[in-house]
Amino acid sequence: METLQKIASELERGHDKEVRELVKLALDDSVPAATILEDGLIAGMQVVGERFRAHEIFLPSVLLSARAMNAGVELLEPHLGKTDARSRGTIVIGTVKGDLHDIGKNLVGIMLSGAGFEVVDLGKDVSPEAFVDAASESGADVIGMSALLTTTMPAMKDVVALVEERGMTGKVKTIVGGAPVTEDYAREIGADGYGFDAANAVECVRELIG
Amino acid sequence: MAWKSCRSGRPDVVRRVIGIPLSSIVPSEDSVLAAMGVPGDAEQGERVEKLVADALDELRGVACPRAVVASVTADEFSAIYEGEGDNHDPSPLADVFPRAEALVLFVATLGAPVGQRVSELFDEGALALGSTLDAAASEATELAGVHLDRTALRVALESGVADERTRALRYSPGYCGWSLTGQRALFSALDAREIGVTLTDSCLMEPIKSISGVIVLGPRETHEFDDDYPFCADCRTHDCRRRIAEL
Repeated sequence: METLQKIASELERGHDKEVRELVKLALDDSVPAATILEDGLIAGMQVVGERFRAHEIFLPSVLLSARAMNAGVELLEPHLGKTDARSRGTIVIGTVKGDLHDIGKNLVGIMLSGAGFEVVDLGKDVSPEAFVDAASESGADVIGMSALLTTTMPAMKDVVALVEERGMTGKVKTIVGGAPVTEDYAREIGADGYGFDAANAVECVRELIG
Repeated sequence: MAWKSCRSGRPDVVRRVIGIPLSSIVPSEDSVLAAMGVPGDAEQGERVEKLVADALDELRGVACPRAVVASVTADEFSAIYEGEGDNHDPSPLADVFPRAEALVLFVATLGAPVGQRVSELFDEGALALGSTLDAAASEATELAGVHLDRTALRVALESGVADERTRALRYSPGYCGWSLTGQRALFSALDAREIGVTLTDSCLMEPIKSISGVIVLGPRETHEFDDDYPFCADCRTHDCRRRIAEL
């Protein structure tokens, strides 16, 4: 449908006002909200994600597209039923205990939402118990942890250990990231995945969920 | 303000709180874009340019940069650097600081309102502006460090502990083999509460847009080292190469 293609196209360009107008138009034309979300907004954000991974566009453009996506989602939310939004999976994210850096984690959240995942963002300074409790309550597929300090990285190991202790290994996968975190460290602590940047984190989550 | 030569062996410490001019710390639009991963030759368009300009306006509206500085002797710094014994061994700073003409501890901050404004913008759903302000503030924090390097050098020249060959380069805990836990010894030696900066149990500075460390003053050869320490393999930036080349 032409309007949905226009929504995707304007979202890719980061034109939030145009996305808002086109979403209104689509709703007025009785296009189901879930269809607008999937074939307009998520479709556009998917292209943004691909172009970001291919280094054709960069973070500021991704942020403007995310702003446009949020503008559209805001209008759709009252019209979306509980079963309407097709989630590709649920991921709990947060910055680990003792750490207050959250910009990278926020970006990962934006890109995961844009890719159609349900994101439960616990914020910063999140205890291992809070991660695992949230994963259990939300039926999450993945726990994603961010740390920007070498002193807080050990908390990631505590989360992985708690997942095992609660018998959730295999049911809930874990992925880690952040400036001081390496693939070797992820392997060492038994994490299932490592994201070296936000775009890579989305790919890792896709692979982990399957 | 005057520095004591770190070779004097005298235990007195010159400690000062200094204001940093806002004009010294506001980054260029290009540097904010670079901090966000945009290559120098990539055209970004009007909306991105406006986003960065708006972020810089926000920064100017909330940043209140200040620092606390103190000169120390080499023996004093040796104890501070030793900290909790968590440093990599060998490390560049362990080799560099004994060669210094002067050593100046510092903690600088943009102030709490910067981080608060970033959080407010995220809470309001202004993700793009919040993220861009955060990037601009990170660049500004680095520029506060650059300003302190220049100030330290100027004062060293005025104090007679440096000459025209002297260069200034700063090191921070968490980088180049200096353990992040070194923040504790640094903050014990240089109480930064007067400028509103404290350390959490995990050695995170609050407000988050703060920077700390030691400024090493000495001729160019004082600062030179090769990036072939064992931990250099894990470094993503090797920024030390650029910093030394720019001396």
